[in-house]
Amino acid sequence: MVVYGVALLAFCMLTGIFLGDLLGQLIGVDANVGGIGIAMLLLIFIANVRTNRFEINTLTKSGVNFWSAMYIPIVVAMAAKQNVLAAISGGWMAIIAGVMTVIISFLMIPVLYKLLRRDSNDDF
Amino acid sequence: MIFETLFNALTNNAIITAFFFVGLVTAISYWISTNLTNGYIHGSAIAIALGLLLAYFGGYLTGGDKGLADIPLFAGVGILGGAMFRDFAIVATAFGVDLKHLKNAGLIGAISVIFGVVLSFFIGAIIAIMFGYNDAVSITTIGAGAATYIVGPVTGTALSASTEVIALSVAVGLIKSILVMIVTPFIAPYIKLNNAESAMIFGGLMGTTSGVAGGLAATDPRLVPYGAMTATFYTGVGCLLAPSVLFLIVRALVS
Repeated sequence: MVVYGVALLAFCMLTGIFLGDLLGQLIGVDANVGGIGIAMLLLIFIANVRTNRFEINTLTKSGVNFWSAMYIPIVVAMAAKQNVLAAISGGWMAIIAGVMTVIISFLMIPVLYKLLRRDSNDDF
Repeated sequence: MIFETLFNALTNNAIITAFFFVGLVTAISYWISTNLTNGYIHGSAIAIALGLLLAYFGGYLTGGDKGLADIPLFAGVGILGGAMFRDFAIVATAFGVDLKHLKNAGLIGAISVIFGVVLSFFIGAIIAIMFGYNDAVSITTIGAGAATYIVGPVTGTALSASTEVIALSVAVGLIKSILVMIVTPFIAPYIKLNNAESAMIFGGLMGTTSGVAGGLAATDPRLVPYGAMTATFYTGVGCLLAPSVLFLIVRALVS
């Protein structure tokens, strides 16, 4: 049933957030540490489990896939609720700091990609 | 009377109104994409930009901090675009992830997140110093804001920075997040942001979940789970490092 997929998704997200909160408390940080990442890993793990007693059927999958397809519309709504005014009225320092951070971080992507790729290729 | 009834129908069913609104924005954006840019700029990139523009007007009209969602008619946009639904949809995108792409994920992810936090922090800190801030607390708070707009206030509060500096750190983080949403699809081809590994590094370096989520959505939705996976650890790592190790480094350097 479709609801199984939605429930599975909810289960993964709640478990992830719970573990992320615990992890935050454990290292003494007032924030959720990687909860959504943990939820994603959990979902990937469950989705890849296949035994003769357990397999996710097509209908269940469609419950997850619907929310995956809703991702872009949700991101559009997310964009529409950003505090754009505050960002712009933060003044030149905020703008320069934000712009420089983004430019330099972008420039570092290919550098890091080369370094990490070489490392990981050596492993095999 | 007709208007009042319509207004009530829309506001009493806020999230349904939001579904319709987002569908409308998307339709307009895809129309603009095909007819005005000849498909050069992707529809979702236009939709995100349009969303940000509307958010600006929302803030301008109401003086609130939730963009368009502060206008009662669009309150549902705030729910649909809030962290709960955003994260729910992000987790759902992981369903299509191939396990073999995640083989080296641990190492690549961890390195890029830590590197990303430290890099953003010091860029923000240096700009703060250039703008005349000379106390370790303010410099650290602004640097933390350059990580994400959550790390900034968390760090500022922990170090008891002034509210003015905390607000500034949020502004820095917001600029970063909005910029990442807008420019990623245009820069992607030049930095080879077209595979799982580079998406993970991108998520780890940028770290802003909203920015990464929006930027990758407009670039290639298949990359979303990889970028989001690393980005989701970033704020936590930032909240861990900024008020502790990074603050101590700044204090040692400043004095």
